[in-house]
Amino acid sequence: MSDAVFTADDALASDAPTRALSTAARGETGVIVAVRGETGAAEAVAPDELERRLLEMGFVEGARIEILQEGLFGRDPIAVRVDDTRVALRRREARAVTVQFDG
Amino acid sequence: MTDTAIRPARIALVGNPNSGKTALFNALTGARQKVANYAGVTVERKEGQLVTPGGRTIRVLDLPGTYSLRARSPDEVVTRDAVLGRLSGETAPDVLVCVADATNLRLVLRLVLELKQVGRPFVLALNMFDIAQRQGLRIDLEQLSREIGAPIVTTVATRKRGLDELLTQVDTLTLTHSNVGDNTWREPSAAEIRAAHGEAQRIYRDCVRPPERPDTLTGKIDAVLLHPVAGLLILAALMFTVFQSVFAWATVPADAIDAGFAALAGLVSEHLPEGLLASFIADGLIAGVGSVLVFLPQILVLFFFILILEDSGYMTRAAFLLDKLMGVAGLHGRAFIPLLSSFACAIPGIMSTRVIDNKRDRLTTILIAPLMTCSARLPVYTLIIGAFVPRETVAGVFNLQGLVMFGLFATGIVFALLVSAIIRRIFWRGAAEPLMMELPTYRWPEPRNVALNLWTRAKIFMNRAGRIILPLMVLVWVLSTFPYPPEGATGPAIDYSIAGRVGKLIAPVMEPIGFNWQMTVALIPGMAAREVAVAVLGTVYAVGGDADSHDALSTLLSQQWSLATALAFLAWYVFAPQCMPTLGVVKRETNSWIWPTVMFFYMVGLAYLAAFVVYHTAVALGAG
Repeated sequence: MSDAVFTADDALASDAPTRALSTAARGETGVIVAVRGETGAAEAVAPDELERRLLEMGFVEGARIEILQEGLFGRDPIAVRVDDTRVALRRREARAVTVQFDG
Repeated sequence: MTDTAIRPARIALVGNPNSGKTALFNALTGARQKVANYAGVTVERKEGQLVTPGGRTIRVLDLPGTYSLRARSPDEVVTRDAVLGRLSGETAPDVLVCVADATNLRLVLRLVLELKQVGRPFVLALNMFDIAQRQGLRIDLEQLSREIGAPIVTTVATRKRGLDELLTQVDTLTLTHSNVGDNTWREPSAAEIRAAHGEAQRIYRDCVRPPERPDTLTGKIDAVLLHPVAGLLILAALMFTVFQSVFAWATVPADAIDAGFAALAGLVSEHLPEGLLASFIADGLIAGVGSVLVFLPQILVLFFFILILEDSGYMTRAAFLLDKLMGVAGLHGRAFIPLLSSFACAIPGIMSTRVIDNKRDRLTTILIAPLMTCSARLPVYTLIIGAFVPRETVAGVFNLQGLVMFGLFATGIVFALLVSAIIRRIFWRGAAEPLMMELPTYRWPEPRNVALNLWTRAKIFMNRAGRIILPLMVLVWVLSTFPYPPEGATGPAIDYSIAGRVGKLIAPVMEPIGFNWQMTVALIPGMAAREVAVAVLGTVYAVGGDADSHDALSTLLSQQWSLATALAFLAWYVFAPQCMPTLGVVKRETNSWIWPTVMFFYMVGLAYLAAFVVYHTAVALGAG
């Protein structure tokens, strides 16, 4: 189920490989190409609600991101720069965000 | 001056978290603040008052910070309803003041677009404008004002700059009722949020030129403070420092308060004729007020650190670092602050669970908060450890008494995490609430702001705690005073009171855990506050409860109790809900009797079990 976030329209955005934000390592940069509510895992909030929360925190298609830090245990949560804002989130919710990574 | 010119007005401050909204509120209203709850919900309502240069009285409402009018937590429901004028018992604000961090406009512009839909007069306050200028950030104020359809003022709340301009705009808007329209706001869909975000981005690009000297310091600090290993070590060191300070700095004022109230009680007993009134005033009222006030120094020191950590932007980092660790126990990262506070006293800890959005996360945190070793347990621990644990050095460096004390703290923490894990894995299964929080730019805490917030916190504590603790203290006084001992009675008066009788009645139940009837009797008044048990033990063993007799009591106990009994008593105190005020606060914060009842029974159960195991293990090992 966890690969539910990779769908056809991600591939349309560019030829460069896209991956879920949840797979990112510290230092990686890229551009958000898709934000959805589905994480492929059981969530405490409905997909539509998660999608809206992500959008409100600035996780919007086109936003530039950079992984600033990772937690010690399971490299979770992650601190992400989204344009000018720094946001902390868990990898679990980061599955809902698809990123076209640089390089 | 016309009547309308001096008609009082109401304004509400809205904005993202960390926008300096509360700093602006403090700058506007100073110490003229009132904190209460909104009707029917446990959301803090902060209101202050000021008079404009034009003579208009303005009431300022500080609304909880939010990214959207779409409400997800009780706090945000209040913000939305206050903005929309739907809040029961509140009149709609005349003017909305949207407070924005001038250096961090992207997200707030979308909130501004939502506010525009509400159709109420509003003004945008670009706060922290000095920092924006220092960074070389250029904002085309005229164009931005045209785009959002509202006047803009630039402010520096911490330096009280721009306040007059802000008030002038509020005055103008109140008089002209400009930009008032129909309320077209409704909860936006994901697509609408995307569209609004796009619009906000366009406005941002058109009106804001990126800073020439962007802040790089926060990134550099975070490279260390959020570092997986270094960050956790620094956090541990910080917590250790906070802890040490709470106990070190607060001892002198706490002792002074304690002595002051004891002297006051003594004075009353001396000058009033001996009898019910003197006893009520001295042992009921004065002792009651004193038992609340004695914790104030510790709570103030703790709040001082919490405010500094919050204002500097560190608190979100702490939640980030601890999220995974606390997640193992089923706790949310934000539970960290309430649990830390609970080491001083569970009451402010439980009050501060309001920062947790999800109801189950919040209830879990409330239920385990009293397992953190609060300072009221210390007198009990000190007495028993002093009497039974030899002053020895173990492994060359460790003080045995200190080790036992540490063990009691650690037991509380470990069991708190276990209880939480059990609650979240067995009773409330399901996915954890998402963690999504902005990591704000680091800032130096403003002393004036910290002082004002500390004053507000202290007032809230005194007010809420006082209202709950005082009546309970009086109740316990009644239980331990009535009925009077019969003529010619030989034992201490408490033996004949309701508390004494109940204590003796339940003594057989406590026998299996090694408690004698004197201990059981002491537990009942000890329900008022844990440390009261020490004084009561003094009374039932007839050595008196004052400081001089403390050593006498310690010696007496070491002769009267077996080591197994003493250890069982300590184990009991780690878990037992020996504090009615805590239960009262839980009732208040959850608006239900269910949760204090659940808390009482699970804690008594744990306490009994722990004392039973400890007692029988100790007896088996020959300490009976």
